[in-house]
Parts: sequence; C-alpha cells; structure tokens
Amino acid sequence: MTDTVFVLPGDAVPATGPTLKLGPGLLKLHDTPTPASSSVIATKAGTLHHDSRRVKWWVESNARRYVPAAQEGVIGVVAHKAGEGYRVDIGGAHPASLDGLAFEGASKRNRPMLKVGALVYARVSLAHKDMEPELQCYDAQTRKSEGFGELKGGFMQKCSLGTCRALLDPAHWLLPLLGARFPLEAAVGVNGRVWFKAPDARQTIAVARCIDMLDGRPETSAAEMKLFLDSLDT
Amino acid sequence: MRPLSPSIPEKEFVLEALGQGLRVDGRAPLEMRQPVLTFGPEFGYVECSLGKTKVICSIDAKMVRPSPERLFEGVISLHSEISPMASTEYEAGYGRPSDAEVEISRMLDKILRRSDAIDKESLCVLAGQRVWHLKLTFHFLSDSGNMLDCACLAGITALRHFRRPEVEVVGEEVIVHAPEERAPLPLAIHHTPLCFTFALFNDSLPALLDPSHLEETLCAGTMSIALNAQKELCVLQKAGGVAMEADAILKLLEIGVMKAKELDKLIEEALAADFATRVVEVR
Repeated sequence: MTDTVFVLPGDAVPATGPTLKLGPGLLKLHDTPTPASSSVIATKAGTLHHDSRRVKWWVESNARRYVPAAQEGVIGVVAHKAGEGYRVDIGGAHPASLDGLAFEGASKRNRPMLKVGALVYARVSLAHKDMEPELQCYDAQTRKSEGFGELKGGFMQKCSLGTCRALLDPAHWLLPLLGARFPLEAAVGVNGRVWFKAPDARQTIAVARCIDMLDGRPETSAAEMKLFLDSLDT
Repeated sequence: MRPLSPSIPEKEFVLEALGQGLRVDGRAPLEMRQPVLTFGPEFGYVECSLGKTKVICSIDAKMVRPSPERLFEGVISLHSEISPMASTEYEAGYGRPSDAEVEISRMLDKILRRSDAIDKESLCVLAGQRVWHLKLTFHFLSDSGNMLDCACLAGITALRHFRRPEVEVVGEEVIVHAPEERAPLPLAIHHTPLCFTFALFNDSLPALLDPSHLEETLCAGTMSIALNAQKELCVLQKAGGVAMEADAILKLLEIGVMKAKELDKLIEEALAADFATRVVEVR
C-alpha cells in the first residue's frame, strides 16, 4: 500500500469479501440494498489501512481519549474493589471490570490481591458500546499470563494514543535505544499509558522525558533523541 | 467521573525522586516552565501556555450603566469555567462549579480585580450614566498542572494588550470612535500582579514552583503568592495543612519577587514584539 487513504465518518470503505475483520473505527451496515455493494463505513476520521490479503481493515488516527476495543493491551489503575473483582480505570469513558479470577492460575483460594491504586497491565476481553468493558490478565489462547498482571514499582507516563501505538511497533527505535543504555522494563498500553522501570531514578526520569518529547514532536529522529539523552545525566 | 488519585507506583516514584531533589519533568525544584504568550488578531486576546497547560483569555468591553453604589467606576467581570476540554477530570458544569473551578475563579478575582491593578475610575465615561464594562473570559484548553498561574499570566497580559475604543463626550452625548477613526487607547494599569504557585510536601521535601499535574495532586498543600515586580504583595493563599516556618515563607516570597521580575520582562518583550507587528492606521 503506497498511497494513504483518508476516511471521514460515514465514508464507504472498499472492504469486500466473504471474511472480513474490522478494527476500531469501522462499522458493518446490515441493511444494504444489494449484498454486492460495499456495506462497510468508517465511524471515525483517519487513515485507512488493511493487511496484504485485504481481510483485516482498520482506521488509524491520533487521539487523547481512549475508546476500549477488544483484545487491546491496556494499563489501568485499580479504582476500587468490587466484591470478587476490581474496578479499573483505563482512561475510557467508563471504568472497566477485572474479575478476581481473571489471572493466570487463579482459583477461589489462590488469587492475587491488588491494592487500590495498583497498576495492572491487562487485555480488554469485552468491549461493547452498551456494556462496561471487561479486562483479563491472561492470554486468550494459552491462558498464561504472557506479561499481563500487576506492574510493581517503576513509573507511568501518559501520552497520546498515537505515540503509544508507535512505541508498540517492534520497529520503533525509542525503547531499544533506551534499553541499550540501561536495563529497562516497559509495558505499553494502547490507552495512552506507558509504564517503565529502570534501576535509577535519573534513568526513569530520562525515559519519561524521552516519551514526553516524542509525544510533543512525533517526527523527532533517533539521532536527535540520542543527543537529548546525552545531555541528560543518566 | 471524580478525579482519580494517582496510582501507587506514580506516587512512590515522584516522592522518591523528590527525595533526591529530582522532578519527573527534569526541572529543578524552583524552576518554572517557560511561559509562551501568543496574541490573537484582536486586542486583548492572549493564549498562554506553560508546558502543556494552556489557557486563553479574551477581553471585550461594552458600555453599561454603572451600579448605583459606584457611579464613577467601571465594571470588571471575570468568567472562568473549566470544561471537560481541559482534562477528563472536569465534568461539564451542570450549574454547580467544581471545587477546582471555585478556587481558580476566586484567586483570579482577587489577583486581577481586587488588587486594583486596573484603574476603575478611568473606565468611567459619563458619571452615573455610562461606564465601560470589561469582561474577561478564560478558556482552559488543557490542564497539565498549575492552571492558576497560567490563567493569571494570560489575564494580566490580556489586560495590558487590550485597547478600548476612544470616546468623546459632548454634553450628554457619547460618541464612540471606531478603531479606524481614532487609535484605540490602552487601559490605565497601576501594576502587574503575577501569581506563583508552590507545591508543598511533608517530610522536609523541597517546595516546588509551578507544579505539574501529578505534583499538584500528590502534594500536601499549595501556596500561591501574587505579587508584582515592585515587591508589592497582593495575595498570599495557603491551602492544605502543611506546617511552615516563617523563614520558609519569606524565602518563597523572595523567589516570587525574583521570578516576578523575570516574568514582567517577558510580558514586556512579548507585548513589544506583538505591537511591532501591528500597524495602527488612523485616518
């Protein structure tokens, strides 16, 4: 795909085929007159993307407010305990619920105890416009934790959703650049939150400032960031 | 949604770093974010940003009848409503203003109106009949901490940037001259009060000037000092129950004086730079 296609809410999307996987920002209309005509429309403004087989389609745009979508990894703050589970703030319009048993190997007797204010890295297991989002701290297929769970220590930096998605890209240079300088643990949620942990407070601050700088100026190059890092005393 | 308290890791890290004299955004404890002032096309429209905090102040003037108690004075009114645009923490006001909004509005009122920065008598056009009503509207665009100082800076700069139309009184008749006819006049301003907010912490942690949003929510109390570059103290407000020694307060005041001088110069330069670009054409 060479040229970028911009779509606005209501625009028809040329996604056709027997099997389609629609990502956030796209909607399938059910009452189209002819099944042959395109029945997928965009519900938000942004650039349209699809995979090489034209099966998966999604719309990408930058925003600051998170709208939960199923299977996305998010970082939440436990707001309060609710019976068997927890209510977690993931930055969306509504708090999400996290069941006390939705952890790897959790049972009635043995379940993790989270304090109010704890950070969790979780996967959105249910996102429906009429229901509260639900979270799970294990992988849907393997039922193993796969890195999900409570995030202890470290620091969390908020940024725009676009920056978060950029950081999640394995080809993005920032986290490897930082990781090459000092031991770094990081979790990126697509809800505009990045958690990281470095051995020293100065290094943690350096990570926070790098993410902030990238957020303010997404076109910052790796060389510029290197110079910036050198100017900091880590 | 009610404001959430920061998560445990955030809280612990900020306090731990502060124990080493470090702030998360890399500033020194008594370092302000560099304010940026941008002027709109009209007089009295100022956009002020402190880091990611952004506030717009716009002024408009209209002629009204003065209040019966103060026949020779103009009216200044401030409107500051915090909408959810600033941050998810603020709800659309369903009539009842939030605590943060009340605090900011009251401080702005004290600093900009009740400190007598504007000569209200100079706003009188025809005694008992016609006075100017200045309406300052604040728009809080983005909250990244310390909206008060940012709004105050926007407000006072807007007042100094504002130009009101020239009026002529012939007998009982008031003639308002259009800006194309006669150059609009600046307001009579006695002094330039500026506000500085410090976040105070317990356990002998240092006081922080211009706190970020996170620091603001984690601190045990704040102290806002409003003063001008001539070392005249206008307002001092201390919120939260942090015990402070008199010496410590005096020290913060001294820092305030120093910063007020710097900021006063910055406003002066920004205004001069803006007026250099404007051509006031008078026929």
